[in-house]
Amino acid sequence: MTGRDALAAETPPVKAPGADHDGMVERRGAGLWLTHLGLIVGLLFIFFPIWLAFVASTISQPEIARPPMPLLPGDQFIENYTRALTSGINAPVALMLGNSLVMALGIAFGKIAISLLSAFAIVYFRFPGRQLFFWLIFLTLMLPVEVRIVPTYEVVAGFGMLNSYSGLIFPLIASATATFLFRQFFMTVPDELAEAARVDGARPMRFFFDILLPMSRTNIAALFVILFIYGWNQYLWPLLITTDPSMNTIVMGIKQMFPSGDDIADWPVIMATSILAMIPPVIVVVGMQRLFIRGLVESEK
Amino acid sequence: MTGTPAAMDKRVTFKGLWLPLLLVLPQIVITAVFFFYPAGQAIWQSLYIPDPFGLSMKFVGLGNFEYLLGDPYYRASFLTTAVFSVLVTVVSMGVALWLAVLADRLIKGSGTYRTLLIWPYAVAPAVAGVLWLFMFNTRVGVVTWYLGVLGYDWNHVLNDNEAMGLVVIASAWGRISYNFLFFLAGLQSIPRSVIEAAAIDGARFWTRFRTIVFPLLSPTTFFLLVVNVVYAFFETFGVIHTITSGGPQQATTILVYKVYADGFVGQDLGSSAAQSVILLAIVSVLTIIQFRFVERRVHY
Repeated sequence: MTGRDALAAETPPVKAPGADHDGMVERRGAGLWLTHLGLIVGLLFIFFPIWLAFVASTISQPEIARPPMPLLPGDQFIENYTRALTSGINAPVALMLGNSLVMALGIAFGKIAISLLSAFAIVYFRFPGRQLFFWLIFLTLMLPVEVRIVPTYEVVAGFGMLNSYSGLIFPLIASATATFLFRQFFMTVPDELAEAARVDGARPMRFFFDILLPMSRTNIAALFVILFIYGWNQYLWPLLITTDPSMNTIVMGIKQMFPSGDDIADWPVIMATSILAMIPPVIVVVGMQRLFIRGLVESEK
Repeated sequence: MTGTPAAMDKRVTFKGLWLPLLLVLPQIVITAVFFFYPAGQAIWQSLYIPDPFGLSMKFVGLGNFEYLLGDPYYRASFLTTAVFSVLVTVVSMGVALWLAVLADRLIKGSGTYRTLLIWPYAVAPAVAGVLWLFMFNTRVGVVTWYLGVLGYDWNHVLNDNEAMGLVVIASAWGRISYNFLFFLAGLQSIPRSVIEAAAIDGARFWTRFRTIVFPLLSPTTFFLLVVNVVYAFFETFGVIHTITSGGPQQATTILVYKVYADGFVGQDLGSSAAQSVILLAIVSVLTIIQFRFVERRVHY
């Protein structure tokens, strides 16, 4: 490392305009390989648990029960995944995947829809109670669902929404983070657009659907990625309100697959389920990487 | 982010009274029913205890809080949460910073590493818990077996420290991607010329990192500190529940887990509500710190 830095220091400090990411602090030779090596070690640490889970989902129970298990995939892939998807342990995993999908999409679309409408109202209208409304939604930014689980559970039970999709979705869209983001974005939309729409005699909703909504496409997509993952990965809430195995979501259902007594767990099926539980959110993150990073950075601001 | 939400107003607005009210109605109804009412209930319940038959509620004022603060189990849970969140934050931020510094040194390929490192963000904490539980399972775990070969007898079901270590690693593991993204973005926004100037002056890598890069990165670091502590407090429930269920004894019972255990398993509503209110106060403080800090970050 030291040799390379000395070398770097000797290079003349000439920098081509515009070439802001290369220059003399660049790594070459052994240093470059050390950098790659460090990153690869990090990657192995990140990937190893997932690799093991994948291997376990392709071998048979006896192979796992006699440790150490092999570190390369076996030939039970189709058997294990078919068994998980069609029968599972308490409920078919295909059913749990469907429940998760409904919940994640419901949360993402539901929250985006109600937030777009209310952000439109508070930015483009003056109405009584607007300030109060604003402070109320501001308050909701503070409280994760984990903090108010017992009373929220009682409310949902009171409505008879246990073991239902609405019970899974509504309490998780009851916050105003998205309203906040859309408001911030609407504030940056040039006033001329609304002015022109008003001069043309366009009704407010027409302006909303024809101009504001298309302009918000990127923000909506970025928020969708974040909310989909948020919804898909929920654990505590489905654990409380879905007592019926056929309503379990996949992320909370995995834990339910472990035997309560001293029996050995059905690891191949459990690991196949874990892999299946990861696939949809991973596809969303990797497939929409740019939007995801943007959504992440903006939603944390 | 503006300090007061109403600081900026649109010059051009539409006329109408019923339309805007109709537009905010869905959000008002949903937040009133599923947010404000339950939050109010939590505060109300924290002042009462149910009688032994569950027929009526008896007002006890701050009794539940006094009881909690004198309860050695609750105090132990506070300490557990502190240790847990410090460890999760340090491990996940440390590894992420190390990887980000390495990726930032590359001219080509940092994008590829980013893609490869980013997706564990999508793995749910509960699934991460199951993956790590499998590796360290006392009967079939691969890591447990190899540790056994090396002469170390791993058993997180009985050993407090091993249980804590396992939930910390599983929680930190899933968090590395997130921290890595923010650190890498922070590093890439530091002007190259500053670092090169130091290099010309003969500053070695470590010196440059300590005296220039790390101080310039401090806004990102502070931001991540707060966000990671919030994560460790509230979003790691899935990890704890899948791996240890708060055990052995209460060694990994963090505050959020205790709200669940006392409220749903133990059916002690008054105490659980009081715990919720204490958590609420903690989140509020963290949120205020975060907002004040984000304010500073913008004007840095």
